[in-house]
Amino acid sequence: MSLWKIAWRSILQRGLASALTTLSMALGVMLVVAVLLLYGIISTQFQNNSSLGYNMIVGPNKGGKLQLTLNTVYYLSEPVGIIPYSYYLEFKDAQERSRYDGVEERDGKFAAFTAAAIPVCLGDYLGRFRVVGTTPDMFEELRYGPEANLEYEFAAGRNFQTRSEEHGFFEAVLGSAVARELGISVGETISPSHGVPGGHEHEQKFTVVGVLRPTGTPNDRAAFINVEGFYLMADHATPLEEFEMGENEVAAESEEEPAATAKKSEAPKSLYPTTPLPVNERAVSGVLVRTISPLVTAGLVQQIDRGRTAQAVLPVREIYNLFENIVGPIQAVLLALTVMICIVSGLSILVSIYNSMSDRRHEIAVMRALGASRTVVGSIVLIEAILLSLGGAALGFVAGHGLIASAGGIIEERTGVQIGFFDFAPPMEDVELWIGGPLLTIPISTELWVLPSLILLAILVGFWPAVEAYRTDVARSL
Amino acid sequence: MLLLENVKKSYREPDGGVLPVLDIPRFTVDAGEQMVLVGRSGCGKTTLLHVIAGISRPDAGRVQIDGRDVAKLSESGADNFRAAMLGFIFQTFNLLPGFTALENVLLGMTFARRKYNPGRARELLDRVGLSHRSHHKPGQLSVGEQQRVAVARALANEPKLLLADEPTANVDPGNQQNIIDLIRGVCKEEGVALVLVTHGEEVASQFERVDHLEEINLVGKRMSKS
Ligand SMILES: Nc1ncnc2c1ncn2[C@@H]1O[C@H](COP(=O)(O)OP(=O)(O)O)[C@@H](O)[C@H]1O
Ligand SMILES: [Mg+2]
Repeated sequence: MSLWKIAWRSILQRGLASALTTLSMALGVMLVVAVLLLYGIISTQFQNNSSLGYNMIVGPNKGGKLQLTLNTVYYLSEPVGIIPYSYYLEFKDAQERSRYDGVEERDGKFAAFTAAAIPVCLGDYLGRFRVVGTTPDMFEELRYGPEANLEYEFAAGRNFQTRSEEHGFFEAVLGSAVARELGISVGETISPSHGVPGGHEHEQKFTVVGVLRPTGTPNDRAAFINVEGFYLMADHATPLEEFEMGENEVAAESEEEPAATAKKSEAPKSLYPTTPLPVNERAVSGVLVRTISPLVTAGLVQQIDRGRTAQAVLPVREIYNLFENIVGPIQAVLLALTVMICIVSGLSILVSIYNSMSDRRHEIAVMRALGASRTVVGSIVLIEAILLSLGGAALGFVAGHGLIASAGGIIEERTGVQIGFFDFAPPMEDVELWIGGPLLTIPISTELWVLPSLILLAILVGFWPAVEAYRTDVARSL
Repeated sequence: MLLLENVKKSYREPDGGVLPVLDIPRFTVDAGEQMVLVGRSGCGKTTLLHVIAGISRPDAGRVQIDGRDVAKLSESGADNFRAAMLGFIFQTFNLLPGFTALENVLLGMTFARRKYNPGRARELLDRVGLSHRSHHKPGQLSVGEQQRVAVARALANEPKLLLADEPTANVDPGNQQNIIDLIRGVCKEEGVALVLVTHGEEVASQFERVDHLEEINLVGKRMSKS
């Protein structure tokens, strides 16, 4: 009979106490595993989303950089304001600018540094999802994925067009989660609602022409409509007084303001106009910019910030800071707490074994009388502690994964990260980037680190009772 | 086979005084011999068996079994020696409650090197008449049956000497004789020397050799004189 079996019998004999200590260990490990998994999910997600395919966001010069990043990259929190469309056009070259009426025929001020510039108009909702008014470039110019090298693909249909034969300016594309949750497929129409989720619906309907494949990015949870159609919806033309221009920047265009406003109010109101809204009545929430080279980025940021109409933020830096300053420490605290729970569970194993030492002393003495050495009886107790912790750990692993898997739907919905029972937390390297700091790189690496740590813990908590067993006075205890 | 010379053992009492228990100038048992040692309660029978088994160390003297001085062995040496050479039957059986009858017998074999032999464990259970109860735990056995398992366990490692400490004291009277017969029977079959201690004369009368501890133990003599 092996010592393992003897230890196992001893555990069974104290069934209730063993079950309770195992349970407490299981709970501890479950929490550790869940935190590690969530940690992995969050870091993976941040990593995925920090490769955005663009490296700069240009937005209104009010509100914080973080808020601009959050509502442009993650579609979280409310947009802080608007910048004029003409400012967006400063990122475009003469050829593209010539497509608009009343726009000066020259290269935009920033066009020389710009590889891609995509407008983003926020403010509407489809159910609980954000509606993003943008150009088809969103899915043609941008790439996604950890390496930012994956092209957007359509599970059904196609990208929307600036002006299509069938639907004019009123085409839309849905992110995968939106289509799935709202049960909308290609060919159906959607009516964005204004301002807040469940706000009043616009009269205009957009025809869904495409549904994106899942990307694991926030774009899974957004509906995209043609920016031209967006402007033609009621309330979306911007009264020109709202613009707060930089002193010298767009001054030239300001002169046209009164005329344009007048023209608009006179125009006959059709639900589906065939002429686009004039440039000077348009505004955007932000512009996604990919510079031609990282080398020009800093200079461009300076130039934009100096102009005071808009500010430029580097989203990757903002995300990094967010993670570094908020998410990372919260994770660390959570992890520290759960590790402490495990240690407490370990102590409960110690207490449980130690409490049973008085019954056990007699059994140990009998074994000694049968010829077992001190080392053997000490080992049996130690093995018992290890079995209890590992049993608890195994249960905890299963429970932790079960917990996360059962929350998989919600997690995917909220973060776009798909996670199942057999997904393990990613290795440390991915995470280290975000947390850094010598303090945190040691205790957590991957879930699998939990195992040796627990064996160590078991040996530590088993050691004391084992020594007690080792010391048992046989003659006195028989 | 077994030779004790000038073995002294005393206990330290809680108040700091010293309680002498054993002072045995000479005590021998031959190989395969069966003898009974009689003494009233508290006269040091259990202490003597512990000293012979190397569970307690004598304060002085020689405890020689099969030519080796148990008192001079290292502790782990004594453990190994005990596992290989000695069988022990306790007054309170001392079966481990979490293990079946068969496992209790196997447990005795686990701690001795090269003695693990499930076949022999089953044969021994058969010999003590419990093959049909081998998967029962001690709690499911009568006291008589428990002591039979203990007999089988004591013999598991093919010992040369069996020490039995009042083996019938906790067995119901109807079973006492059976246990004694069983112990004597298996010891004879296996050629094992037997030292059985008891405080009751009725058991003693069956043995050819009956020693009184008070007589071989100087502490006892002094006490019975005073
Ligand atoms: N560990 C001990 N410490 C102190 N005194 C003990 C101890 N064990 C036994 N004694 C005393 O030694 C004497 C002999 O005990 P024991 O050998 O158990 O007697 P028996 O087995 O003949 O009844 C008794 O008086 C008992 O109280
Ligand atoms: Mg006794």
